[in-house]
Amino acid sequence: MDESTLFEYAPESLAAHPAPYSESYRFTHKRAPLRPIHAMAPTITELTGPSFGAEVLNAHDDDLTRQHEGEPIGERIIVCGQVVDEEGCGVPGNLIEIWQANAAGRYAHEVDTHDAPLDPNFTGSGRVLTDAEGRYRFTTIKPGAYPVGGLDNVWRPSHIHLSLFGPSMLSRLVTQMYFPGDPLLAFDTILNTAPAHSRDRMVAALDRSATQSEWAIAYRFDIVLRGRRPASRRQSGRDV
Amino acid sequence: MSEPPRERPVITPSQTVGPFFSFCLAPRDRPGIGCASLITPDAVGTRITIEGKVLDGNGAPVPDALIETWQADGDGRYAGFHRAVAGSSFTGFGRATCDADGRFTIETVKPGSVVDLENRRHAPHIAIGVFGKGINRRLYTRLYFPDEPANDTDPVLSCVESNRRSSMIARQTGGAERRYAFTIRLQGVDETVFLEA
Repeated sequence: MDESTLFEYAPESLAAHPAPYSESYRFTHKRAPLRPIHAMAPTITELTGPSFGAEVLNAHDDDLTRQHEGEPIGERIIVCGQVVDEEGCGVPGNLIEIWQANAAGRYAHEVDTHDAPLDPNFTGSGRVLTDAEGRYRFTTIKPGAYPVGGLDNVWRPSHIHLSLFGPSMLSRLVTQMYFPGDPLLAFDTILNTAPAHSRDRMVAALDRSATQSEWAIAYRFDIVLRGRRPASRRQSGRDV
Repeated sequence: MSEPPRERPVITPSQTVGPFFSFCLAPRDRPGIGCASLITPDAVGTRITIEGKVLDGNGAPVPDALIETWQADGDGRYAGFHRAVAGSSFTGFGRATCDADGRFTIETVKPGSVVDLENRRHAPHIAIGVFGKGINRRLYTRLYFPDEPANDTDPVLSCVESNRRSSMIARQTGGAERRYAFTIRLQGVDETVFLEA
């Protein structure tokens, strides 16, 4: 890699992100910085970042229904989509880390005390790499909704957590994918931390063309990472 | 992909990592994507230990934060960018989770000073990302080292209000052992300076 491969980042894009503080998402109240975030011009430290390849993948990392002896309980689904930059160009070779609750709305995590069953055949953790066009695909179980512990009748809609790196520290993204038509979306204090104009980006769409007959419904979830290639590199559609 | 220019699409917004991420992002049963020790046999630089702590606006420890670090090696070179590091197993990327007392530890090498694209020299620093429940989007800051004359002329640190710079400078706690303490205060009068590029 050299200087000419570094992406460009416009500060305006940041408007799509939630503000640190949110009245309705109460866990921000003591954790959100209240002083202004210090704006700086990106330097080499911010314009570079880690990258990961197939060496971090295990068998069945892209099929969360096949990581144990038996099959997990729940509705099998396929999640697929394309990771693109702000020019719409695919981001190839990009690692996505995936984690979620099981069909009953319970995480295989010691801190989760929700009174719903664990599934011995489902961990809910996966990894995938995007292909040369930035496309990815994984198979899983549709996660259940669950209540937020300690709060009065607050429910999280079904969602899948996704973590991506992209080409630099500035494209780093941790987000959540939601399901279309879920009546809990309107009340979710976390989804609604995002500004109204960017919220829909996090709601997947039913993808009939990717659905596998008599096997699994598919949802399409395209992800737009911050940044774009320098103009001189935009034609090729991929990194060198 | 030679399409006409179009309006820039809205990026996918960030969401909190929530409280239940560690089994995926920092698993115990398989190598994680980055770990709390960046030391490899071929890592160039002096071994150091960062002993960090994350506190909330009440000064209470944050037990469920995730820390990510990104840094140059001891010669000021970034993996994946500087050709000279190609072939080295030093990734420059670290990840650590906080314990019940909000503490985390990163073992690494002290980064060298980095020369940026404008030929400006940066004081040795480690980029720090903080994720957690109640953190809607990664908080980003830089850790600098004490007793570095280059801190005064660092292109980023020198632009921060002088009375708040100390929040970005680690404290050396062990002489020969090269241990550094770094407290991240998410909120409050002595809040850490967070950066946005």
